[in-house]
Amino acid sequence: MPVYIGKRLLVAIPTLLIISIFVFSLQKLLPGDPILAMAGEERDPATIEFLREKYHLNDPIITQYLSWVGGILVGDFGVSLRTNQPVLELIGQKLPVTIQLAVMAMILAMLIGIPAGILAAVYKNRTLDYVANVVALSGLSIPNFWLGIMLILLVSVNLGWLPASGYESIFVDPVRSLKTMIMPAFVLSTALAAQLMRHTRSAMLGVLSSDYIRTARAKGLSPREVILSHTFRNALLPIITLSALLFGELLGGAVLTEQIFTIPGFGKLTVDAVFTRDYAVVQGIVMCTAIGFIVMNLIADILYVLLNPRLRATL
Amino acid sequence: MTAIEQTAPIAKPRQKSRAWRKMRANRGSMVGMVIIAFFAIIAIAAPILPIADPIATSWSALRKAPSAAHWLGTDDLGRDILSRMIWGARASLMAGVVSVAIAVAIGVPFGLLSGYFGGWVDQVIQRVTEALLAMPFLITAIALAAFLGPSLTNAMIAIGLSAMPVFVRLTRGQVLAVKTEDYVEGARSIGLNHVDIMTRYILPNVFAPIIVQATLTVATAIIAEASLSFLGLGQQAPAPSWGSMLNTAKNFLSQAPWMAMWPGIAIFLVVIGFNLLGDGLRDALDPREA
Repeated sequence: MPVYIGKRLLVAIPTLLIISIFVFSLQKLLPGDPILAMAGEERDPATIEFLREKYHLNDPIITQYLSWVGGILVGDFGVSLRTNQPVLELIGQKLPVTIQLAVMAMILAMLIGIPAGILAAVYKNRTLDYVANVVALSGLSIPNFWLGIMLILLVSVNLGWLPASGYESIFVDPVRSLKTMIMPAFVLSTALAAQLMRHTRSAMLGVLSSDYIRTARAKGLSPREVILSHTFRNALLPIITLSALLFGELLGGAVLTEQIFTIPGFGKLTVDAVFTRDYAVVQGIVMCTAIGFIVMNLIADILYVLLNPRLRATL
Repeated sequence: MTAIEQTAPIAKPRQKSRAWRKMRANRGSMVGMVIIAFFAIIAIAAPILPIADPIATSWSALRKAPSAAHWLGTDDLGRDILSRMIWGARASLMAGVVSVAIAVAIGVPFGLLSGYFGGWVDQVIQRVTEALLAMPFLITAIALAAFLGPSLTNAMIAIGLSAMPVFVRLTRGQVLAVKTEDYVEGARSIGLNHVDIMTRYILPNVFAPIIVQATLTVATAIIAEASLSFLGLGQQAPAPSWGSMLNTAKNFLSQAPWMAMWPGIAIFLVVIGFNLLGDGLRDALDPREA
């Protein structure tokens, strides 16, 4: 196992290097000069020069890149141009909020998507299957920020059941925390639930038509046992891989969801950084999400191997 | 060479008509086509339709609920929402189609090269594609749009570039599957050059899954454009777009809920249209599914 993980980590190095080049080049796309914006109204040449020196903008581009990457290697993602806080610290402050949102959304998506997929596969081409497919298609097609707005209108404005915005840490006041987060988590979960349902359905159908399921049925196991312990366990592998791949989508969706529900998380940080032209933070965010995505994939691959006895032997 | 070219026109129309028959039989894809056609027609016809000026404000008609004069109501500046919806369809559909065209135009050639040549060309293109795929789609699009500057054109470029790696991956996989086929070997044996083999023999045979993916990606791209416009990174005021209409609408939820309703319904319908059409195309073009 350690050899396998080591190999996978080695493969990730060139990927990360290429990502770092992309992310670094982003700032060269900029039409405006952030230094001019920082220098204020007077645009005092001495101030501009001082700021250029401070952010190493006078160095050759290769030197700038190398020092930026060098910083990342020791956990220094640069400093917010606006608040002077280290980017990693900013992200670290906001991330727990988004992780809570993402975990809640993932749990909801699994609770909705996986049973729906199993039922759709078992009742293939029957009413239940059609209903599940139509609901999944709608889940994939509904813009989640609009769903958020509509839910606020219905649940918060008209019915007054849940707060429309705000955030409370789950460690301070769990009940209030869940109350404020359940609507955004649901909004974020719809597209994931839809994809999980579709994949669960097709994975289940694949397994259901296999010989060992016919054998299980032939030896007289109850349908419940056949579906849950024989079929579902074998269909679970692709579902786990998919869940990890959906992590990126979750973060992207969180940007919009947090904006709608004014949740002070990672997504809100991204939007704020974009609007205050705090490019160091935007770069740090893209870099961090890419690293996060690669780590999630690695975990998924390891889980895949651990859960699949046929592959375990190859390690 | 003549033998190969002679068989092609006989086989093709038959396959096309079978795919078309399967499409016709698929109710979902027909519904999708009707939805898309409806929005495409109103988007194209927007300048000649008898509707109000989408950016003309009216202080005497602020936030009026739907009525005979304003079928879908008016917004916070007294603009006719129906008219803004119709002009918004232009922005939305154009963004969806243009950004996918960008993704296909860049992604497919790289995928072709990668799959066809293999070796170091493949290695380089695949490493870059992997890196791009590791950057979450919407976050990349937001970051790119932020750095390029907010405008509809830049939003389309940002979405197109973010969606591009999927097409590299897909095309490469398809090319690998067909490049050992007899007809490709045949083309090579009669001394055709690489460009001819790639464009005349390989590309037509890998195009079906690319069309399917492109259709489904239009759906994703339309949501992405609406998201960027919602954040203020797409279409700029006062030009109408569904995403920016929703952004304004969320400030008037309790006073004028209709402002938030229509753009969302429209996005939902168009996206479901492209998803239905894409799923239908997949079923019709995929030989594996009976």
